[in-house]
Amino acid sequence: MRFVLEKRERTSQTVAVLVPIASFLFSLLLAAVLLVISRVSPIATYTAMFKGAFGTWPNFTETLVKAIPLMLTGLAVSIAFRMEFWNIGAEGQLTLGGVAAAWVALFWGLPVWLVLPAALVVGMLAGAVWAGIPAFLNAHMKVNETLTTLMLNYVAILLSQHLYYGPWRDPKGYGFPGTAPFPESAWLLRITGRVHLGLVFAVILAFFLWLALNRTRWGFEIKIIGKNRTAARFLGIDIASMIVVSLLVSGAVSGLAGACEVTGISRRLQQGLSIGYGYTAIIVAWLAQLNPIAIIFVAILIAGLSVGGDQVQMIMGLPSAMGLVLQGMILFPMLAGALFTEHRLVIMRGASKGSGEGAAL
Amino acid sequence: MIALITSIFTITLRAGTSLIYATVGEIFTERSGILNLGLEGMMLMGAVSAFATAYYTGSLLAAVVAAMAVGIVLSSIHAFLSITMRANQVVSGLCITIFGSGMASYLGQRLGPADNSFYLVGLVGPRFIPISISGLGSIPILGAVFNQDILTYIVYLIVPLSWVFLYKTRDGLNLRAVGENPGTADAMGVNVFLVRYAATILGGMLVSLGGAHLSLAYTPGWAENITGGRGWIVIALVIFAMWNPARAMLGAVLFGGINAVQFRLQAAGTTIPAAFLNMLPYLATIVVLVVVTWWENLSKRIGAPAALCKPYIREEK
Repeated sequence: MRFVLEKRERTSQTVAVLVPIASFLFSLLLAAVLLVISRVSPIATYTAMFKGAFGTWPNFTETLVKAIPLMLTGLAVSIAFRMEFWNIGAEGQLTLGGVAAAWVALFWGLPVWLVLPAALVVGMLAGAVWAGIPAFLNAHMKVNETLTTLMLNYVAILLSQHLYYGPWRDPKGYGFPGTAPFPESAWLLRITGRVHLGLVFAVILAFFLWLALNRTRWGFEIKIIGKNRTAARFLGIDIASMIVVSLLVSGAVSGLAGACEVTGISRRLQQGLSIGYGYTAIIVAWLAQLNPIAIIFVAILIAGLSVGGDQVQMIMGLPSAMGLVLQGMILFPMLAGALFTEHRLVIMRGASKGSGEGAAL
Repeated sequence: MIALITSIFTITLRAGTSLIYATVGEIFTERSGILNLGLEGMMLMGAVSAFATAYYTGSLLAAVVAAMAVGIVLSSIHAFLSITMRANQVVSGLCITIFGSGMASYLGQRLGPADNSFYLVGLVGPRFIPISISGLGSIPILGAVFNQDILTYIVYLIVPLSWVFLYKTRDGLNLRAVGENPGTADAMGVNVFLVRYAATILGGMLVSLGGAHLSLAYTPGWAENITGGRGWIVIALVIFAMWNPARAMLGAVLFGGINAVQFRLQAAGTTIPAAFLNMLPYLATIVVLVVVTWWENLSKRIGAPAALCKPYIREEK
């Protein structure tokens, strides 16, 4: 008896939905093993996490607050990933977007009605520049984008720390590291609780991105570049400028995430802006299979894991890093599961040598 | 002045050791055609498990073994996903990093003793102490080479041994063949899957050892994010070394040197803000990457293994 992998003729909708769900359940099971080793009850932990994230209205709004930057950065990286451009710099692009928005809000002295729009736009521009550098280097000089986007994260984070610890620090802040609070004209509208307008931006953006990917030439070209670069070249697609333009868009969306965080949540530039949203965004985008609409819902789910993780720390005395561990664990079965959306496992009896269609394992 | 240079050189080698371990490890992995971006997570896990083991057993040998074991486990996951399950290697590597850094942080808040509220941060454990080789250790400048800890001395051996293995042995040739053209290697009777598994796991073990050097020797003890992005710098160093272990030493010393100079400048109380000094290694990585890529495109001499990042599918039509 041996196992043979057969390529599926086409992936059915059912399989495309069932495999991620099965993978998610499997990862909960994996994490349960870890919890048992830590001598806590997995069921109690998961119940506490679920209640902490979705159980009450205030908790749910907090989950949404955490989900907004994940939605935006998730959408941002999904644009790049579609072209197999591994932008893992969303963290830095978000940070720089926040820094730029703070700069506008605190130092530009604009008329009241203009402060917030300008802060958001300049934040987007900053993010776009930060993604544009690696995009340019990759498109025109073939410099590995994974590394450049990542290195620029560290540069952006160090820059922001330098600013709020140093020249931009609030003189009236009793030595607290952070800038002065923004004027009220730079506050982003809050819908309910701390949920700000960024949620609306993210949902609108997801819809337009879905539309652009499925209904425009730009979306078509992005898909071709991702699937087969040689084919794209033969079709006369200008790959270099597609990469640069798409990455400018991607960076701008991450920059918007940062600008919304500082104008909508902290209302000043301080510690806590760069806490890994840009990396989690990769998980969000991948779990959603790069589908913009799915990204919105996956972001809420993942944000729930982190808000729930904080609750677990308070209720069960487990380290809050548990949420991070869970996030990492979810991806492994997902990745392995991807093979089964494209292949099916066939069990063959007897040593029927050479008769199998697919690859023998 | 000579004393200053000697001391900078000493710190350079100390800072570079973890980088050399990880670079050589990743070279093995990439030479077989597997890209592992999980280095940062694997180094963090190596660091935390080595420190915890050293703290509780008091044995540095056990600590090193623990780090190697953790490296083997994590790289096996990556190997299984990218070789057997043919998953996207970039994403799989990123998962290892996300999972590894989360897990390391979790363990750092969980494995400590009760009187430190289960935290490992702030504890003091056994560490590797620099051993000066009598006579050689007191030579000006060059003495820096012979004034290091055991893990650094071991790395002096690993670099030439890896070079000999890759370029002068049958197995090394097979390993490189698998990374260049797995189809041909397979036809010649090389077990592509086995070689890739072995290279990925051996590489992961070395990477994790690099992490252990951080928590056992370079900055003894456990601290959140003790690696400070070294895992990512290593990915750049592999390209800088053009997949040759002998050159890995050079790159790691160069980057260790930036660390050391920055350390010295800070101690001397420069007026340059610390943030800008801290940015140096990351900016330098980008510059090196651009230069190396440009040079590589120009000369077309030595490139990445041709089958890097491509899953091998046997006899599929």
